Amino acid sequence: MAYDRPMDPGRPDPDALLRGLQAEAAQEARGKLKVFFGACAGVGKTFAMLEAARARKAAGTDVVIGWVETHGRVDTEALIEGLERVPPRQLSYRGTELAELDLDAALERRPALLLLDELAHTNAPGSRHAKRWQDAVELLAAGIDVYTTLNVQHVESLNDVVAQITGVTVRETVPDRVLEEADAVELVDLPPDELLQRLREGKVYMPDQAAEAVERFFRRGNLIALRELALRRTAEGVDAQMQRYRHRHAIAEPWPAVPRYLVLVAPSPFAARLVRATRRMATLGRGGWIALHIETERDRHLPEADRAQLSRTMQLAERLGGEAVTVPGEDVVAEALAYARSRNVTGIVVGSPPRRGAGGKWQRSLIDRLLREAHGLDVHVLHGHPEPPPPPVNLASSRARWWSATPWTVAIIATCTGVAALLHGQFGEANLMMVYLVGVMLVATRFPRPQAALASVLAVAAFDFFFVPPFFTFAVANPQYLFTFAVMLAAALVISGMAARVRQQVESGRARERRTAALLALAKDLSAASSQEEVARATVRRTAETLDTGAVLLLRTKPDGIEPAAAQGDVTLDASELSIAGWAQDHAQPAGRWTETLPGASLLYLPLLGSQGALGVLGVKIQMAPTADQMHLLEALASQAALALERTVLQAAAREAEVQVEAERLRSAVLSAVSHDLRTPLAAIAGAASSLLDPGLGTATRDELAGTIVSESDRLNRLIGNILQVTRLESGAATVEKEWQPLEEAAGAALTRAEELMEGRPVSVDLPPDLPLVQADGLLLEQVFFNLLENAAKYTPAGTPVTVRAWTSPGWVEVEVADLGPGLPAGEEGRVFDTFVRLSAGGRGVGLGLTVCRGIVAAHGGTMWAENRSGGGVAFRFRLPLETPPPAFREELDEGEPSP
Amino acid sequence: MTRTAPTVLVVEDDAPIRRFLRAALGESGYRVEEALTAAQALDALINRPPDLVLLDLGLPDRDGLDLLRELRGWSRVPVIVLSARDREHDKVVALDAGADDYLSKPFGVAELRARMRVALRHAAAAGGDAGSASYTAGDLHVDLAARRVTVGGREVHLTPHEYKLLALLVTHAGKVLTHRQLLREVWGPEYGDENHYVRVYMAQLRRKIEADPARPRHIRSEPGVGYRLVEEG
Repeated sequence: MAYDRPMDPGRPDPDALLRGLQAEAAQEARGKLKVFFGACAGVGKTFAMLEAARARKAAGTDVVIGWVETHGRVDTEALIEGLERVPPRQLSYRGTELAELDLDAALERRPALLLLDELAHTNAPGSRHAKRWQDAVELLAAGIDVYTTLNVQHVESLNDVVAQITGVTVRETVPDRVLEEADAVELVDLPPDELLQRLREGKVYMPDQAAEAVERFFRRGNLIALRELALRRTAEGVDAQMQRYRHRHAIAEPWPAVPRYLVLVAPSPFAARLVRATRRMATLGRGGWIALHIETERDRHLPEADRAQLSRTMQLAERLGGEAVTVPGEDVVAEALAYARSRNVTGIVVGSPPRRGAGGKWQRSLIDRLLREAHGLDVHVLHGHPEPPPPPVNLASSRARWWSATPWTVAIIATCTGVAALLHGQFGEANLMMVYLVGVMLVATRFPRPQAALASVLAVAAFDFFFVPPFFTFAVANPQYLFTFAVMLAAALVISGMAARVRQQVESGRARERRTAALLALAKDLSAASSQEEVARATVRRTAETLDTGAVLLLRTKPDGIEPAAAQGDVTLDASELSIAGWAQDHAQPAGRWTETLPGASLLYLPLLGSQGALGVLGVKIQMAPTADQMHLLEALASQAALALERTVLQAAAREAEVQVEAERLRSAVLSAVSHDLRTPLAAIAGAASSLLDPGLGTATRDELAGTIVSESDRLNRLIGNILQVTRLESGAATVEKEWQPLEEAAGAALTRAEELMEGRPVSVDLPPDLPLVQADGLLLEQVFFNLLENAAKYTPAGTPVTVRAWTSPGWVEVEVADLGPGLPAGEEGRVFDTFVRLSAGGRGVGLGLTVCRGIVAAHGGTMWAENRSGGGVAFRFRLPLETPPPAFREELDEGEPSP
Repeated sequence: MTRTAPTVLVVEDDAPIRRFLRAALGESGYRVEEALTAAQALDALINRPPDLVLLDLGLPDRDGLDLLRELRGWSRVPVIVLSARDREHDKVVALDAGADDYLSKPFGVAELRARMRVALRHAAAAGGDAGSASYTAGDLHVDLAARRVTVGGREVHLTPHEYKLLALLVTHAGKVLTHRQLLREVWGPEYGDENHYVRVYMAQLRRKIEADPARPRHIRSEPGVGYRLVEEG
């Protein structure tokens, strides 16, 4: 192989080293995986694993058996003695009782080391994961070490090689990366002759296999080949480890040019083998590889089964560590070469079809062209046998699409014939031909390409039949017409081909446009969304519209729950669906339908990955296997939603921080205001008191100072009372003990208490004697009146009259305390009730009084407001709900017996 | 007033307040005993019975109310409770439990002296002579023997309940009476929570005896606690 792209020949770059260190750190938290690897059944893997486990147990490690198959072998069973087991989970599937590893119990038990036999095992339906290796991955992620066993024929990339050697296809495979990422691989080796000996002694257990199959499998030649494969695979692993070691320790070595392969994937059963082979080539050369599918017009009309196969092949490529890319285009060779060059590919892998026939021929001409045009690129042509397709997922849909338009084609050509018949006689045959060509073009622009070809043939046939003498036969009198037919057919085919291509481009353009439009529309919706719920609704709506399916978006709830936030279409989530969505969220991996994890679900769940893990899950109800394109679109939608969700989360956090800052600011403002207002009277008291210590003071001065101390103490006391009341009201701790009261009493008590404070301001009281009783806390009501009076005293000049009035209105008792002072600044009428607002300068107190009033009135179910009176001054009004007084009481009131 | 200087037991754990009471009361001719805790107070009450007790409700070793209840089991000594203004409920409970009066902290000395005088007077009256049969305060005159009430010389007609209310306040002139005390005395012990009876009759009574019912001169409301008939001077 010629590699024309030498890579950095120097030391590994720092970024790569950093990545390595990070990977290593991640590795620390993970559990360690050790694989006991063998050529085939019977070499003693389980035995070796159990022995190693016992040694660890003896060394004090907490070893627990998750699953071990002893197949009734006595020596193996002896090794299990004394080891704790996780009780298996019993599953009932179609009437059969199946036992499986209880993954949740194992995770719950959290041993240091768990034994898990037969890594390639397929779990019973109803288990969380389809495969046991996925259980192992989850256990490792939870920090539990795992010992497991694996045969070479179960390694994904070797699967087909083994099938070729042994003639037995094994369906249970384990992705190569699981083996590659294992911390240790121990080869359990047994020479073929000894294995055969053991087989003869009945020491090898082969499940569910006919004796004949066993015979065929356990041939000496097979065993030798399998042993070689296992040895080689192990050696490769050691080699890779060595590489990693060198890499990590920055040991310079001459770096070989790294090959990069590109494998062309077509919807053929042969493709999977090509992908595997490419991976092997790439691994041997320690290079990278890409699986490329050129999506032609033809591919867009593939039957469901072929589409599913293509999608499986692409998924396989991704599973095997390759990059799966789909590129639209018509000229497969040109597109493939252009892509290969753009990605610095060194070699292209194509398959040579095994069978003869049109398809094969087309493929061979493709290979020929590739070879001719691939200047500087290696072209690897692989022969092979098609892999048997996996069990059909959904073969119900047929090839209907291709043929469905046939009646239309026939109808169009028939119409052309009709038109031509009308023209026949007046116009020449060349013109009649034109009519048919229009028909062919019409078909070509509407329907798939085969229909255009059919239309071309039909057109020629109809022309011959109806308009070429002898009429109404396909016979041709004049051989000249044969040439006419040929020209006509050629013209029709060329036209149809061109029209079809235009249509394809338009269509693929349209599809792309739809996708782009969907993403754009979502982006637009999301940019306007300010809450998680809005993001959820927008995402669900766009997803459902774009894919024409049901969709649901679930959001993470604290601490680790999940909850549907928005749904559209036919999606119902029961507990099991929710738990699957939860799994996808917890593990930040897709799960559910069309995935490897819990494929029995009715929805496909994609995690919405933010920088701190999954923020939620997007669930989609897809009835048919999604194409790679659809998957990419879904992923794009999910990642957009995740970004938007993260943004709202950050916004909420920012808002919260802002609120906290504001609260902090307010708190310090309150503290400074309160401390100022507490200190002012204290300063007066301290000043007066210290002056009193002076023995030389006159009596008048003494009295004045003493008076100051008393009045300032009162002020301090009132202020503290208000602060306490505000605190109680705002914290909801205020207890309101409502009793039937006459307003008069509270007002009277307040007037008496405020008498000195009013400094001679005339207070007129107008409380009608028939004013109904109110349900109120007398003490609090008195405080309302007192604070209002105090407020009037504070903000009006001495001598300003104050009025206290009350009256009833339907449902309310209305009260007003008004003064004839300067009034409130316009627009500030509502602000006076805010905590710590002091409107006019020079006033005393932090303005808590009114806040307390409003709080008390509100606690009584009433409202309070302030308004400037038209005649000047301000009126504080409040209303208390009018309630029916106790009836027993009314009767007794009318006791009118006069005193003697 | 007794001839010899009356003894006042100040039960208060706060030193500045004790100091100020000691100074103010000593000036006024009282002998002041001090107790910092409920235990010391009990000791003093038993061994050196005072003429009057000033009781702070917040004591370090025991609830003041508790001490009051225990004391009332064996002594009629007048007790004036000192408490913070925002503890109205405690005051009512203390008064209902047998305290003679209360003072909200902070309070002035003049007020304290007046309360003490009233309490001592009522204690003396309960011990011997049945008190005066008539009462005069400003324009209000109540003749308890004749059941006659006049305001500015003009006779006022009161309903039996109104009269009972007024008479009760008059016999306890200067002392605060809680809503419950008034309710039970006037309407009977079966009435417990109908405080509004008292309020409504009080409003009617005021309209009859007060010049400005919204600014009562004779019967003062003690918000959240009860009523007090204000003595002249």
